Amino acid sequence: MPDIQIFCCHYTSQQAIAEGTAGLAADGFPASATINRLVCSGKLQVSTMLKAFEEGADGVCVVGCPENECHNLLGSQRAAHRVRAVRKALSELGVEPERIEMFHLPRGFHPEFVEAARRMEERALNLGASPFKSEKKVAPKSAEKPASPAKKGKAPAKAAAKAPAKKAVKSAARKSASKGGKKK
Amino acid sequence: MIVAERKPVDEIVAMVSNAKRVLVLGCRGCVTVCSAGGEREVEILASLLRLGAKKQGRELETIEATLVRQCDREYVEGIDQWAGQYDAIVSMACGVGVNFIANLRPADPVYPGVNTTFFGGSAEQGVWTEQCAGCGNCVLHLTGGLCPVARCAKSLMNGPCGGSQDGKCEIHREVPCIWQSIHDRLARLGRQDDMNRIAPIRDWSSAGHGGPRKQVRDDLTV
Repeated sequence: MPDIQIFCCHYTSQQAIAEGTAGLAADGFPASATINRLVCSGKLQVSTMLKAFEEGADGVCVVGCPENECHNLLGSQRAAHRVRAVRKALSELGVEPERIEMFHLPRGFHPEFVEAARRMEERALNLGASPFKSEKKVAPKSAEKPASPAKKGKAPAKAAAKAPAKKAVKSAARKSASKGGKKK
Repeated sequence: MIVAERKPVDEIVAMVSNAKRVLVLGCRGCVTVCSAGGEREVEILASLLRLGAKKQGRELETIEATLVRQCDREYVEGIDQWAGQYDAIVSMACGVGVNFIANLRPADPVYPGVNTTFFGGSAEQGVWTEQCAGCGNCVLHLTGGLCPVARCAKSLMNGPCGGSQDGKCEIHREVPCIWQSIHDRLARLGRQDDMNRIAPIRDWSSAGHGGPRKQVRDDLTV
Protein backbone atom coordinates (compact mmCIF):
# COMPACT_ATOMS: atom_id res chain seq x y z
CA MET A 1 0.00 0.00 0.00
CA PRO A 2 1.46 3.37 -0.92
CA ASP A 3 1.90 6.12 1.62
CA ILE A 4 -0.04 9.24 0.62
CA GLN A 5 0.35 12.35 2.72
CA ILE A 6 -2.35 14.96 2.35
CA PHE A 7 -1.68 18.48 3.54
CA CYS A 8 -4.88 20.44 3.63
CA CYS A 9 -6.17 23.59 5.14
CA HIS A 10 -8.65 23.82 7.98
CA TYR A 11 -11.43 24.82 5.62
CA THR A 12 -11.10 22.26 2.85
CA SER A 13 -10.88 19.42 5.37
CA GLN A 14 -13.47 20.58 7.90
CA GLN A 15 -16.20 18.13 6.95
CA ALA A 16 -13.72 15.37 6.14
CA ILE A 17 -12.48 15.51 9.72
CA ALA A 18 -16.02 15.47 11.05
CA GLU A 19 -16.80 12.33 9.05
CA GLY A 20 -14.36 10.26 11.08
CA THR A 21 -12.69 7.07 9.93
CA ALA A 22 -15.82 5.12 9.21
CA GLY A 23 -17.49 7.94 7.35
CA LEU A 24 -14.46 8.62 5.25
CA ALA A 25 -13.99 4.96 4.44
CA ALA A 26 -17.63 4.70 3.43
CA ASP A 27 -17.10 7.63 1.11
CA GLY A 28 -14.21 5.83 -0.55
CA PHE A 29 -11.38 7.73 1.06
CA PRO A 30 -8.27 5.55 0.65
CA ALA A 31 -6.78 3.99 3.76
CA SER A 32 -3.33 4.76 2.41
CA ALA A 33 -3.90 8.49 2.83
CA THR A 34 -3.08 10.45 5.97
CA ILE A 35 -4.58 13.86 6.52
CA ASN A 36 -2.24 16.54 7.84
CA ARG A 37 -4.35 19.54 8.71
CA LEU A 38 -3.00 23.08 8.65
CA VAL A 39 -4.55 26.38 9.60
CA CYS A 40 -4.02 27.47 5.99
CA SER A 41 -2.29 25.79 3.06
CA GLY A 42 -0.21 28.97 2.81
CA LYS A 43 1.41 27.89 6.06
CA LEU A 44 2.90 24.84 4.36
CA GLN A 45 6.62 25.13 3.82
CA VAL A 46 8.73 23.49 1.12
CA SER A 47 10.77 21.80 3.82
CA THR A 48 7.64 20.16 5.28
CA MET A 49 6.74 18.63 1.93
CA LEU A 50 10.30 17.38 1.45
CA LYS A 51 10.22 15.95 4.95
CA ALA A 52 7.16 13.92 3.97
CA PHE A 53 9.19 12.32 1.18
CA GLU A 54 12.10 11.78 3.53
CA GLU A 55 9.75 9.96 5.89
CA GLY A 56 8.57 7.61 3.17
CA ALA A 57 5.68 9.23 1.33
CA ASP A 58 5.06 7.85 -2.15
CA GLY A 59 2.83 10.77 -2.99
CA VAL A 60 2.02 14.14 -1.48
CA CYS A 61 -1.26 15.90 -2.05
CA VAL A 62 -1.78 19.53 -1.08
CA VAL A 63 -5.34 20.79 -0.83
CA GLY A 64 -6.21 24.44 -0.49
CA CYS A 65 -9.08 26.77 -1.22
CA PRO A 66 -9.99 27.75 -4.77
CA GLU A 67 -7.30 30.03 -6.16
CA ASN A 68 -9.19 33.28 -5.89
CA GLU A 69 -11.38 32.36 -2.94
CA CYS A 70 -8.88 31.48 -0.24
CA HIS A 71 -10.17 32.20 3.23
CA ASN A 72 -6.82 33.88 3.87
CA LEU A 73 -6.76 35.60 0.48
CA LEU A 74 -3.47 34.34 -0.95
CA GLY A 75 -2.74 31.25 1.14
CA SER A 76 -3.64 28.63 -1.44
CA GLN A 77 -1.78 30.55 -4.14
CA ARG A 78 1.32 30.56 -1.97
CA ALA A 79 0.93 26.83 -1.43
CA ALA A 80 0.66 26.28 -5.18
CA HIS A 81 3.90 28.20 -5.75
CA ARG A 82 5.67 26.08 -3.14
CA VAL A 83 4.33 22.87 -4.62
CA ARG A 84 5.79 23.99 -7.95
CA ALA A 85 9.15 24.54 -6.21
CA VAL A 86 9.06 20.98 -4.86
CA ARG A 87 8.11 19.60 -8.27
CA LYS A 88 11.07 21.42 -9.82
CA ALA A 89 13.42 20.04 -7.17
CA LEU A 90 12.07 16.51 -7.68
CA SER A 91 12.67 16.85 -11.43
CA GLU A 92 16.22 17.96 -10.77
CA LEU A 93 16.70 14.82 -8.68
CA GLY A 94 15.33 12.69 -11.51
CA VAL A 95 12.13 11.85 -9.63
CA GLU A 96 8.63 12.07 -11.08
CA PRO A 97 7.29 15.55 -10.23
CA GLU A 98 3.74 14.22 -10.34
CA ARG A 99 4.39 12.58 -7.00
CA ILE A 100 3.20 15.89 -5.58
CA GLU A 101 0.11 17.75 -6.69
CA MET A 102 -1.79 20.87 -5.65
CA PHE A 103 -5.57 20.73 -5.61
CA HIS A 104 -7.74 23.83 -5.26
CA LEU A 105 -11.03 22.57 -3.89
CA PRO A 106 -14.20 24.12 -2.54
CA ARG A 107 -14.39 24.42 1.21
CA GLY A 108 -16.21 21.82 3.24
CA PHE A 109 -16.64 18.15 2.43
CA HIS A 110 -16.98 17.46 -1.21
CA PRO A 111 -16.55 14.32 -3.28
CA GLU A 112 -13.64 16.17 -4.88
CA PHE A 113 -11.65 15.88 -1.65
CA VAL A 114 -12.01 12.09 -1.63
CA GLU A 115 -11.40 12.02 -5.36
CA ALA A 116 -8.13 13.95 -4.95
CA ALA A 117 -6.89 11.39 -2.44
CA ARG A 118 -7.93 8.52 -4.69
CA ARG A 119 -6.21 10.09 -7.67
CA MET A 120 -2.99 10.47 -5.73
CA GLU A 121 -3.18 6.89 -4.54
CA GLU A 122 -3.78 5.64 -8.06
CA ARG A 123 -0.91 7.73 -9.33
CA ALA A 124 1.43 6.40 -6.65
CA LEU A 125 0.43 2.84 -7.55
CA ASN A 126 1.18 3.55 -11.20
CA LEU A 127 4.52 5.15 -10.43
CA GLY A 128 5.59 2.49 -7.96
CA ALA A 129 7.37 3.04 -4.69
CA SER A 130 9.12 6.30 -4.05
CA PRO A 131 12.73 6.12 -5.25
CA PHE A 132 13.70 7.65 -1.90
CA LYS A 133 12.66 4.47 -0.11
CA SER A 134 15.18 1.78 0.53
CA GLU A 135 12.46 -0.88 0.59
CA LYS A 136 10.26 -0.78 -2.47
CA LYS A 137 7.00 -2.38 -1.49
CA VAL A 138 3.99 -0.96 -3.21
CA ALA A 139 1.05 -3.04 -4.35
CA PRO A 140 0.94 -3.67 -8.10
CA LYS A 141 -1.11 -1.39 -10.28
CA SER A 142 -3.85 -3.96 -10.79
CA ALA A 143 -4.93 -3.61 -7.17
CA GLU A 144 -8.20 -1.75 -7.48
CA LYS A 145 -8.73 0.37 -4.40
CA PRO A 146 -11.95 -0.42 -2.62
CA ALA A 147 -13.59 1.99 -0.24
CA SER A 148 -11.43 0.39 2.36
CA PRO A 149 -11.48 0.69 6.11
CA ALA A 150 -8.71 2.42 7.98
CA LYS A 151 -5.27 0.80 8.09
CA LYS A 152 -4.79 -1.80 10.73
CA GLY A 153 -3.08 -0.33 13.70
CA LYS A 154 -3.49 3.14 12.37
CA ALA A 155 -5.04 5.89 14.41
CA PRO A 156 -8.63 6.71 13.57
CA ALA A 157 -9.01 9.32 10.87
CA LYS A 158 -9.90 12.06 13.26
CA ALA A 159 -6.89 11.44 15.44
CA ALA A 160 -4.71 10.77 12.41
CA ALA A 161 -5.84 14.05 11.03
CA LYS A 162 -4.90 15.92 14.13
CA ALA A 163 -1.66 14.32 15.15
CA PRO A 164 0.21 14.68 11.87
CA ALA A 165 -1.17 18.15 11.45
CA LYS A 166 0.43 19.09 14.71
CA LYS A 167 3.65 17.55 13.51
CA ALA A 168 3.42 19.37 10.20
CA VAL A 169 2.72 22.70 11.79
CA LYS A 170 5.49 22.15 14.24
CA SER A 171 7.82 21.28 11.44
CA ALA A 172 6.72 24.22 9.35
CA ALA A 173 7.16 26.69 12.13
CA ARG A 174 10.42 25.24 13.35
CA LYS A 175 13.17 27.76 13.77
CA SER A 176 16.63 26.63 12.88
CA ALA A 177 19.13 27.04 15.61
CA SER A 178 21.69 28.61 13.36
CA LYS A 179 24.40 28.87 15.92
CA GLY A 180 24.59 25.28 17.01
CA GLY A 181 23.94 23.63 13.68
CA LYS A 182 21.29 20.96 13.37
CA LYS A 183 22.53 17.49 12.70
CA LYS A 184 20.28 15.18 10.66
CA MET B 1 22.81 43.17 -2.30
CA ILE B 2 24.53 40.28 -4.01
CA VAL B 3 21.83 38.18 -5.64
CA ALA B 4 22.13 34.43 -6.03
CA GLU B 5 20.00 31.40 -6.80
CA ARG B 6 20.30 27.78 -5.81
CA LYS B 7 22.13 25.54 -8.22
CA PRO B 8 20.21 22.62 -9.70
CA VAL B 9 20.01 19.99 -6.97
CA ASP B 10 21.44 17.19 -9.09
CA GLU B 11 24.62 19.23 -9.58
CA ILE B 12 25.08 19.65 -5.85
CA VAL B 13 24.26 16.01 -5.15
CA ALA B 14 26.98 15.02 -7.64
CA MET B 15 29.48 17.36 -5.96
CA VAL B 16 29.08 15.62 -2.59
CA SER B 17 28.60 12.09 -3.90
CA ASN B 18 31.70 10.90 -2.04
CA ALA B 19 30.81 12.54 1.26
CA LYS B 20 28.98 10.87 4.11
CA ARG B 21 28.66 13.96 6.27
CA VAL B 22 27.99 17.38 4.77
CA LEU B 23 27.94 20.75 6.47
CA VAL B 24 25.31 22.84 4.66
CA LEU B 25 26.32 26.36 5.51
CA GLY B 26 24.14 29.39 4.95
CA CYS B 27 24.92 33.07 5.29
CA ARG B 28 22.77 35.68 7.00
CA GLY B 29 23.93 38.41 4.63
CA CYS B 30 22.73 39.13 1.10
CA VAL B 31 21.71 35.56 0.27
CA THR B 32 19.31 35.52 3.18
CA VAL B 33 17.66 38.69 1.89
CA CYS B 34 17.30 37.27 -1.62
CA SER B 35 16.10 33.91 -0.22
CA ALA B 36 18.89 31.91 -1.82
CA GLY B 37 21.08 30.86 1.09
CA GLY B 38 19.58 31.73 4.46
CA GLU B 39 18.37 29.42 7.22
CA ARG B 40 15.25 28.34 5.36
CA GLU B 41 17.13 27.55 2.18
CA VAL B 42 19.75 25.62 4.16
CA GLU B 43 17.00 23.46 5.63
CA ILE B 44 15.56 22.82 2.16
CA LEU B 45 18.90 22.02 0.53
CA ALA B 46 19.93 19.70 3.36
CA SER B 47 16.68 17.81 2.93
CA LEU B 48 17.18 17.62 -0.84
CA LEU B 49 20.74 16.35 -0.42
CA ARG B 50 19.53 13.62 1.93
CA LEU B 51 16.82 12.69 -0.57
CA GLY B 52 19.35 12.69 -3.41
CA ALA B 53 21.59 10.38 -1.42
CA LYS B 54 18.68 8.09 -0.56
CA LYS B 55 17.85 7.84 -4.23
CA GLN B 56 21.41 6.67 -4.80
CA GLY B 57 20.90 4.10 -2.06
CA ARG B 58 23.14 5.69 0.52
CA GLU B 59 22.70 7.59 3.74
CA LEU B 60 23.91 11.14 4.13
CA GLU B 61 24.28 12.98 7.39
CA THR B 62 23.87 16.73 7.23
CA ILE B 63 24.62 19.56 9.61
CA GLU B 64 22.54 22.66 8.97
CA ALA B 65 23.97 25.98 10.07
CA THR B 66 24.25 29.60 9.06
CA LEU B 67 26.99 32.11 9.78
CA VAL B 68 26.46 35.81 10.30
CA ARG B 69 28.58 36.33 7.18
CA GLN B 70 30.94 34.20 5.16
CA CYS B 71 32.93 37.15 3.83
CA ASP B 72 34.73 37.97 7.06
CA ARG B 73 37.56 35.95 8.53
CA GLU B 74 36.25 36.08 12.09
CA TYR B 75 32.86 34.65 11.14
CA VAL B 76 34.29 31.97 8.85
CA GLU B 77 36.38 30.79 11.75
CA GLY B 78 33.10 29.82 13.40
CA ILE B 79 33.27 26.68 11.23
CA ASP B 80 35.69 25.33 13.84
CA GLN B 81 32.75 24.38 16.06
CA TRP B 82 31.91 21.55 13.63
CA ALA B 83 35.50 20.42 13.14
CA GLY B 84 35.73 16.69 12.51
CA GLN B 85 31.97 16.37 11.98
CA TYR B 86 31.85 16.76 8.18
CA ASP B 87 33.59 15.50 5.06
CA ALA B 88 32.55 18.40 2.85
CA ILE B 89 31.02 21.85 3.08
CA VAL B 90 28.29 23.14 0.78
CA SER B 91 28.30 26.90 1.10
CA MET B 92 25.08 28.68 0.26
CA ALA B 93 26.76 32.08 0.43
CA CYS B 94 27.73 33.98 -2.68
CA GLY B 95 31.00 33.11 -4.39
CA VAL B 96 32.81 35.33 -1.93
CA GLY B 97 31.88 33.01 0.90
CA VAL B 98 33.00 29.90 -0.97
CA ASN B 99 36.33 31.57 -1.76
CA PHE B 100 36.80 32.68 1.83
CA ILE B 101 36.23 29.18 3.14
CA ALA B 102 38.61 27.79 0.52
CA ASN B 103 41.20 30.40 1.50
CA LEU B 104 40.89 29.79 5.22
CA ARG B 105 40.29 26.01 5.27
CA PRO B 106 42.87 24.69 2.78
CA ALA B 107 42.18 21.05 3.66
CA ASP B 108 38.36 21.19 3.59
CA PRO B 109 36.47 20.43 0.38
CA VAL B 110 34.00 23.27 -0.17
CA TYR B 111 31.35 23.39 -2.90
CA PRO B 112 29.00 26.14 -4.06
CA GLY B 113 25.30 25.63 -3.39
CA VAL B 114 24.25 28.71 -5.33
CA ASN B 115 25.08 30.55 -8.51
CA THR B 116 26.02 34.14 -7.74
CA THR B 117 24.24 36.21 -10.33
CA PHE B 118 24.47 39.99 -9.87
CA PHE B 119 24.30 43.08 -7.66
CA GLY B 120 20.67 44.02 -7.52
CA GLY B 121 17.58 44.83 -5.58
CA SER B 122 14.12 43.44 -5.02
CA ALA B 123 11.81 44.96 -7.63
CA GLU B 124 8.82 43.15 -6.14
CA GLN B 125 8.32 40.10 -3.97
CA GLY B 126 10.25 37.24 -5.51
CA VAL B 127 11.75 39.36 -8.29
CA TRP B 128 15.28 40.79 -8.29
CA THR B 129 16.85 42.99 -10.93
CA GLU B 130 20.43 43.97 -11.63
CA GLN B 131 21.23 47.56 -10.77
CA CYS B 132 25.00 47.79 -10.47
CA ALA B 133 27.91 46.13 -12.27
CA GLY B 134 30.54 46.92 -9.66
CA CYS B 135 32.68 48.42 -12.42
CA GLY B 136 34.76 50.51 -10.05
CA ASN B 137 34.25 53.87 -11.77
CA CYS B 138 30.79 55.18 -10.99
CA VAL B 139 29.09 57.57 -13.44
CA LEU B 140 25.73 57.78 -11.70
CA HIS B 141 26.21 61.49 -10.99
CA LEU B 142 26.03 62.09 -14.75
CA THR B 143 23.13 59.79 -15.51
CA GLY B 144 20.53 60.79 -12.98
CA GLY B 145 21.39 57.87 -10.71
CA LEU B 146 20.59 55.21 -13.34
CA CYS B 147 23.45 52.95 -14.38
CA PRO B 148 24.13 52.49 -18.10
CA VAL B 149 26.88 49.95 -17.41
CA ALA B 150 24.65 47.48 -15.59
CA ARG B 151 21.29 48.32 -17.10
CA CYS B 152 22.06 48.89 -20.79
CA ALA B 153 22.40 45.58 -22.65
CA LYS B 154 25.36 47.10 -24.51
CA SER B 155 26.77 49.12 -21.59
CA LEU B 156 26.76 52.20 -23.80
CA MET B 157 28.17 55.35 -22.24
CA ASN B 158 26.97 58.04 -24.65
CA GLY B 159 23.26 57.67 -25.13
CA PRO B 160 20.96 55.07 -26.64
CA CYS B 161 21.92 52.73 -29.43
CA GLY B 162 18.91 53.69 -31.51
CA GLY B 163 17.36 50.27 -31.45
CA SER B 164 14.93 50.78 -28.61
CA GLN B 165 11.21 50.90 -29.33
CA ASP B 166 8.51 52.42 -27.15
CA GLY B 167 11.06 52.94 -24.44
CA LYS B 168 12.01 49.25 -24.34
CA CYS B 169 15.36 47.63 -25.00
CA GLU B 170 15.76 45.92 -28.37
CA ILE B 171 17.62 43.03 -26.75
CA HIS B 172 15.16 42.39 -23.93
CA ARG B 173 11.71 43.68 -24.86
CA GLU B 174 10.44 43.61 -21.29
CA VAL B 175 13.28 45.79 -20.00
CA PRO B 176 13.11 49.59 -20.17
CA CYS B 177 15.80 51.22 -22.32
CA ILE B 178 17.90 52.71 -19.56
CA TRP B 179 19.05 55.55 -21.79
CA GLN B 180 15.41 56.48 -22.41
CA SER B 181 14.93 56.43 -18.62
CA ILE B 182 18.06 58.53 -18.11
CA HIS B 183 16.86 61.04 -20.70
CA ASP B 184 13.41 61.29 -19.14
CA ARG B 185 14.79 61.59 -15.64
CA LEU B 186 17.35 64.26 -16.51
CA ALA B 187 14.54 66.18 -18.21
CA ARG B 188 12.43 66.01 -15.05
CA LEU B 189 15.41 67.24 -13.06
CA GLY B 190 16.08 70.09 -15.52
CA ARG B 191 19.45 68.61 -16.41
CA GLN B 192 18.93 67.75 -20.08
CA ASP B 193 22.29 69.36 -20.89
CA ASP B 194 24.01 66.47 -19.17
CA MET B 195 22.96 64.33 -22.14
CA ASN B 196 25.32 66.38 -24.31
CA ARG B 197 28.37 65.63 -22.22
CA ILE B 198 30.63 63.24 -24.04
CA ALA B 199 31.92 60.38 -21.93
CA PRO B 200 35.54 59.73 -22.80
CA ILE B 201 36.80 56.33 -23.85
CA ARG B 202 36.53 54.31 -20.73
CA ASP B 203 39.33 52.62 -18.87
CA TRP B 204 37.85 49.29 -17.86
CA SER B 205 40.80 48.24 -15.73
CA SER B 206 38.79 49.24 -12.66
CA ALA B 207 36.07 46.77 -13.68
CA GLY B 208 38.17 43.71 -13.03
CA HIS B 209 39.50 43.39 -16.57
CA GLY B 210 42.98 43.79 -15.14
CA GLY B 211 42.71 40.90 -12.72
CA PRO B 212 41.38 40.66 -9.16
CA ARG B 213 40.84 44.00 -7.51
CA LYS B 214 41.97 45.00 -4.08
CA GLN B 215 41.10 47.91 -1.86
CA VAL B 216 43.20 49.11 1.06
CA ARG B 217 41.93 51.68 3.54
CA ASP B 218 44.97 52.88 5.39
CA ASP B 219 42.87 54.51 8.10
CA LEU B 220 41.32 51.14 8.91
CA THR B 221 44.32 48.87 8.71
CA VAL B 222 46.11 47.81 11.88
